[in-house]
Amino acid sequence: MTSDPIRNSAPGTTGPTPRLVLNGDDVRRALARIAHEILEHNRGLNDLALVGVRTRGVTIAQRLQAEIRRIENESPPLGTIDITLYRDDLDHHLEHPELRSTDIPFDLTGRHVVLVDDVLFTGRTVRAAMDALVDFGRPRTIQLAVLIDRGHRELPIKADYVGKNIPTAPSEQVHVRLVEEDGADEVVVTA
Amino acid sequence: MPALSQRHLLGIEPLLPGDIRTIVETAKSMKSISKRAIKKVPALRGKTIVNLFLEPSTRTRSSFEIAAKRLSADTLTLSGTGTSLSKGETLMDTARNLEAMAPDAIVIRHSASGAPHMLARILEPPVINAGDGSHEHPTQALLDLMTVEERKGPVKGFKVAIVGDIAHSRVARSNIFTLTKMGALVWLCGPATMIPREVEQLGARVTNSMDEALEGADVVMMLRIQLERGSGSLFPSVPEYAATYGLNRARLKRAKRDVVVLHPGPINRGIEIASDVADGEFSVILDQVENGVAVRMALLYLLITRPEGRGGTA
Amino acid sequence: MSTETANPTLLIDGCRLVDPETRYDGPAGLWIERGELKKIARTETERQALRARVAATAPEALRLEADGLLVFPGLVDLHVHLREPGFEYKETIRTGCEAAARGGFTAICCMANTNPVNDCRAVTEFICARAAEVSGVAVHPIGAISKGLEGKELAEIAEMKKGGIVAVSDDGRPVADSALMRRALEYARTFDLRVVSHAEDKALAGSGCMHEGAVSTRLGLEGIPAEAEEIMVARDIHLAALTGARLHIAHVSTAGSVELVRRAKEKGLDVTAEAAPHHLLLTDEVLGGSGAYDTRYKMNPPLRASRDMDALRRGLQDGTIDCIATDHAPHSEDDKNVEFHRAPFGVVGLETALAAGLSLVRSGTLSLAQLAERMSLGPARLFGLPHGRIAEGRPISLAVIDPNHKWTVDARRFRSKSRNSAFEGWTFEGDVAYTLAQRRLSYAAEWARPLTAISEPAGAPTQRRIAGV
Ligand SMILES: [Zn+2]
Repeated sequence: MTSDPIRNSAPGTTGPTPRLVLNGDDVRRALARIAHEILEHNRGLNDLALVGVRTRGVTIAQRLQAEIRRIENESPPLGTIDITLYRDDLDHHLEHPELRSTDIPFDLTGRHVVLVDDVLFTGRTVRAAMDALVDFGRPRTIQLAVLIDRGHRELPIKADYVGKNIPTAPSEQVHVRLVEEDGADEVVVTA
Repeated sequence: MPALSQRHLLGIEPLLPGDIRTIVETAKSMKSISKRAIKKVPALRGKTIVNLFLEPSTRTRSSFEIAAKRLSADTLTLSGTGTSLSKGETLMDTARNLEAMAPDAIVIRHSASGAPHMLARILEPPVINAGDGSHEHPTQALLDLMTVEERKGPVKGFKVAIVGDIAHSRVARSNIFTLTKMGALVWLCGPATMIPREVEQLGARVTNSMDEALEGADVVMMLRIQLERGSGSLFPSVPEYAATYGLNRARLKRAKRDVVVLHPGPINRGIEIASDVADGEFSVILDQVENGVAVRMALLYLLITRPEGRGGTA
Repeated sequence: MSTETANPTLLIDGCRLVDPETRYDGPAGLWIERGELKKIARTETERQALRARVAATAPEALRLEADGLLVFPGLVDLHVHLREPGFEYKETIRTGCEAAARGGFTAICCMANTNPVNDCRAVTEFICARAAEVSGVAVHPIGAISKGLEGKELAEIAEMKKGGIVAVSDDGRPVADSALMRRALEYARTFDLRVVSHAEDKALAGSGCMHEGAVSTRLGLEGIPAEAEEIMVARDIHLAALTGARLHIAHVSTAGSVELVRRAKEKGLDVTAEAAPHHLLLTDEVLGGSGAYDTRYKMNPPLRASRDMDALRRGLQDGTIDCIATDHAPHSEDDKNVEFHRAPFGVVGLETALAAGLSLVRSGTLSLAQLAERMSLGPARLFGLPHGRIAEGRPISLAVIDPNHKWTVDARRFRSKSRNSAFEGWTFEGDVAYTLAQRRLSYAAEWARPLTAISEPAGAPTQRRIAGV
């Protein structure tokens, strides 16, 4: 997701300025709010589980898990899911998507599963993640939590919990940066 | 993740160590799929894989079929004994007919060394060698590596003894290439009739002494012996072979205490390997079967979805 | 061929003539009248006089401005499989001769492993009659040693000699029985015929399909050890000593065989030997690389190791190996396009032999004069053939060579019916421009400098082409 290192612009000038849409405090507040909404919607922790979509969805799911523990003194089980083998675009890649492990250390059947990802865009990742989830068991419900909803859906998919809706152009890129991986929490949009 | 350097899997010899790493790591992810309630992912949905098995083989064929099905690919298995599917049809004819089916990969098992190379020369889709004559059996060596690594970690610096008819064994060749590329020390052992000319040039050491081969070995690979006797026989009698080069518990004491024993199967019990060894605590023969499916899933996935895909060069 | 190519009257002016018989290697003008060599002008004075005389007396004659071109005696190949009768889908006497002419050959000897086998006078005469229909190349049959190449009973060698054979050989199916080989040597000696040995211990070679060594081990292909050849070379040399007969070892391929022949010659035995271009330029390594399992590299004896190739080159240089012979062995694409171990042995060679030989000159293995000798007079003498000579008053038999013509081997363009060349894709420097034999122009390369009329000024040739070649 890094930008092209070859710059066309003349020395001394810079390219289009990245647009900061969420700063560190915004990210933390948004995640805290989502945690509350999840608990409220599911009336507590009963049969609740979180599943993060690799890779950044996993970090966000861990944050939500910690947030819920802070509120409830108890935390829901957390799983991770790799959707590579469920993608519908394997033929169109320039490099091999890395195959990472899927790890769901609990039985999904009968649970309210909150699928967690960083950005909701076309909906194809979520579709693949739902296909993967149901191969592991039969959840009672699947809910979707995302930090950013940037629009441009190609499938009839809607998030249950959204950190922030950000209108974007289809060509723009949304970068979610998190302390655990990038040293700081922020969300920026680049052309 | 880097794509494989090769468009086909004709053997281990042309692979880079990084390719071997990629395949084994991918196989580990694939292995977890086989442990789920629904042992299937849609990765190769809509893809067609032709299994061309022109030499009798139940184990490898079923392993490839299961691997393809777990990835949701459609499979077409053509099997026949002898050299052609139907009388008078050559391998080239068969290959051209296959092309009309527009397969996304072709898996071939053939009694002729080099048969997969012939297909790869004229066909577009990736060709996977499932064993060709006395040449290579690359998926077997990859699953052997995965099995050993699961038990004992990286093979770098390991002493690996391969015992039996090295000259006519495709399993031996693929394992020699795999293990030397991954930094193991390979010892080949058998009577001189079973040691091919100048095999040291492949980077292996040769001994005719079973005791020397087993001394301090981390891994022992026993090869299946052909029991049919004739003037071209490489040893005078089965009892003599078993007494000289068969693996038993007493002999195995020379190896490391955590030695791992492999056999590509099917086993001639009591001949190249005693039952108490084959079924004992050092044996990983059953792990080999399970890992076979995972390795084949990994290869099908990596070759069929290889970036630049069909029509690419390598 | 049009009549225009028959009985040419032609001045080849300013070539470098390499004549092994007189050991002349220098500038020459060659005057050919109605297909017969009338005058060889060597000195500048002689050549000027020849030019003037031709301009005055034969204005209709043709001229080849041959500055920078080489002239060798017409090449002679002792080892060719013409496949007719019996295997006309691989080659015929006609297409084999056309391939020979294109390669600069004016005389070829064809092996007996046809169907029926050339083991009786009728088959010999059939071959000679078919060959007579194709002018431009002399075809000399080699008779079988044993009836049906079965290695059991002697064939009617004396009768076949009356029919035209110039040697005997069971090439392709070596004589396993030492007693029969002894009888063959004795009997052939009675009729002044040389016995050509395809030296191979078939039991030791087993089901081998390439040289036994590191490459066969890597490829998992059954190997043919060098010893399978050397054991039989040694046996046949011992039998030649026993019988005092003339022995010729075909397609020597190993360092050990070269050494055995060298020692036999030192002992004064009448043992001679040939080597094939593919063994002089290729090793089994080609099968270990991009040519893995490519049946174009499958022949018998197989491509050997580089130490063998080096020994063959040294043997050719010092005369242990008397000549280059192609072992031209055509096979159809269907025959060759099968699994490596099932494919037949053999490669075509007539159309690449001279170019291959020139590359040995460039690499310093041979002098140009040695190459000319090893490919013309040398082999002709071994079988007592009236070829390999450039002399006034004789019908022409010449190969005109452009040593600087660069070309890439494309077997689809061969005159041979078959495409199984081990040199496919090779770029050579030097090739045959014209072949003249049996009073005719038997080959003219499409790229060759054109023949012009004497009356036209030199250096401004009109592009009048010789039709029909
Ligand atoms: Zn021969």
